Amino acid sequence: MNTRVATGLMLASTIALAACQKKAPEELPPPPTQTATPTPTAPTGPTVGTQQHFTDAVGVANTVVYFDTDRYNIDAEDSAKLQVQGQYFSQYPQLNFTVEGHADERGTREYNLALGERRANAAKNYLVSIGIPANRIRTVSYGKERPVALGSNESAWAQNRRAATVVIN
Amino acid sequence: MKQLFILATALVAAPLAAQNEDLGQPIQEGGEVETVMEAEDGEGLTFTITDETALEDLGIAIPGFATDADVATPANQNGTAALGKELARVITADLRNNGLFKPTGPDALPQPTFPEINAPNWPTWSNRGAEMLVHGYVRARSDNRLTVGCYLYDMALQQQLVREGWVVEPANWRRAAHKCADLVYSRLTGESPFFDSRIAYIAETGPKDNRTKRLAIMDSDGANHRFITTGRSTALTPRYSPDYKKLSYLSYVDGNPRIYVYDIGTGRQTLVTQSDNPTFAPRWSPDGRYILYSMAVNGNTDIYRVPSTGGTPQRLTDAPGIDIGGSYSPDGSRIVFESDRSGGQQCYVMNSDGSNPRRISFFGGRCATPEWSPRGDQIAFTNASSFNVGVMTPSGGSVRTLTRGWQDEAPTWAPNGRIIQFFRTERNSGKASLWQVDLTGENERRLPTPVDGSDPAWGPILP
Repeated sequence: MNTRVATGLMLASTIALAACQKKAPEELPPPPTQTATPTPTAPTGPTVGTQQHFTDAVGVANTVVYFDTDRYNIDAEDSAKLQVQGQYFSQYPQLNFTVEGHADERGTREYNLALGERRANAAKNYLVSIGIPANRIRTVSYGKERPVALGSNESAWAQNRRAATVVIN
Repeated sequence: MKQLFILATALVAAPLAAQNEDLGQPIQEGGEVETVMEAEDGEGLTFTITDETALEDLGIAIPGFATDADVATPANQNGTAALGKELARVITADLRNNGLFKPTGPDALPQPTFPEINAPNWPTWSNRGAEMLVHGYVRARSDNRLTVGCYLYDMALQQQLVREGWVVEPANWRRAAHKCADLVYSRLTGESPFFDSRIAYIAETGPKDNRTKRLAIMDSDGANHRFITTGRSTALTPRYSPDYKKLSYLSYVDGNPRIYVYDIGTGRQTLVTQSDNPTFAPRWSPDGRYILYSMAVNGNTDIYRVPSTGGTPQRLTDAPGIDIGGSYSPDGSRIVFESDRSGGQQCYVMNSDGSNPRRISFFGGRCATPEWSPRGDQIAFTNASSFNVGVMTPSGGSVRTLTRGWQDEAPTWAPNGRIIQFFRTERNSGKASLWQVDLTGENERRLPTPVDGSDPAWGPILP
């Protein structure tokens, strides 16, 4: 994702955040005129507060950021994803959520636990920097205990070095 | 997710109940082992580690232990005579698995009588190719306990080299066998004993992306295997307290990685520190007075020390980055630990109050999970670049690689500092198993466990 898109998203998230904080207007707008027969509202899919709703809204690819071996820095691609997440969590301020930090299997167990925690915190800190209150974000490290890709090769390890955002309530 | 939420709610409602919900029944320990005959102090045959292969040809005959009267005992449903054979089998397996000797067990040997135990019938044993002869007896006492005697004879000299005896509870009969194996091993090698000890580890089952990991304990030969946790929550990285009364380990029982101290006698556990931050890598000081743990605050992990009876934690490291683990020198004055303050994982030594940290590993790869030998002369570590287990001196010199698996990690020392246990992970399947290797790197063997195993932690000689 290029810088321009990222900046656009950042702006959008800022506006969304501002909209949330706006107080209700003193005078209500006139009720909408009924120009068409209201269509019966069909079941609208996942409800707010579920992981499915979050995934549908932001796109599954935007729920996870990936890291290089032993690294935990948020690069341009990660920040673009986190901005999309930020927009969502600004839109639903009632939601708390968890960032899960993970490492690949090519590390010692205890170091990987600490590394996963550092990655989860890197993602959390970014979300806080774009306006999501820290007290809404829990972090947890699973080290190398919960791989998503099961092979023992570079491609699997790259998929496992990740911070995944999960809606908890 | 729903499960997690329910767990979190339960935790608020009943923190103590939640904390204990992954635990099985407490374990009844067998009681003390009393030494009734002192070992006779003789000149030890002294071998250096490079000479250990020379012992491989040393034949040792270990016939069944005799009994004065074949009576019922809770230790064996067939009575004390059958128990005598079992004792000899355990000793034979200990000495054979160690890789240093060529023992012959009771199933291939005649059975000596009770009076022959301290007066061997030499002609019976002289043509069996054994240089050493082990004799022993088992006697049921009126108080229900057992007396076990152990004698080592030199066949060529027709002389007793050493003898010792122990009084044990019937449930502890295997400890008498391990003590006899230790007596023989120590007398013949000049090394300290190690068989009469236990191992804590993590038992693993299930697919790679959904492993069940349970805290388990066993004797050094794999016997008396017990599960401590049920497997509902992931358990990792256990360590026995030096007195074997407690186990510290990491559990996700409240949904977060936290170090708990589990009391084996009561079956209850407590958090190592009251904090919302994740804690990892528990370690005991050699005197049992302190526990080291590592805690991440805003993603930055440092090492802390807390009195094992509770109290105020003291932070020992303050470098930005991950400082984790820690293993005390045997005298308790220094701590070797792992840090990525220089970029990658490297091993450092500091004073036990945290002062004067300095890097010791400069071998080119990443240095992880350092463990100080109980003898003090070596530090075992994981080479986290090649994933092999190696040893070096406490100043970082004389680096030697001991293992060659696809991924070997997490060394732990035998009580005598002569053998290193570690775990090996298979490529792709992720299956893990426990292994041990001696300091020559020559004698490597897999430890049999009921299911897969990782994170071994070898305790000291049992009190």
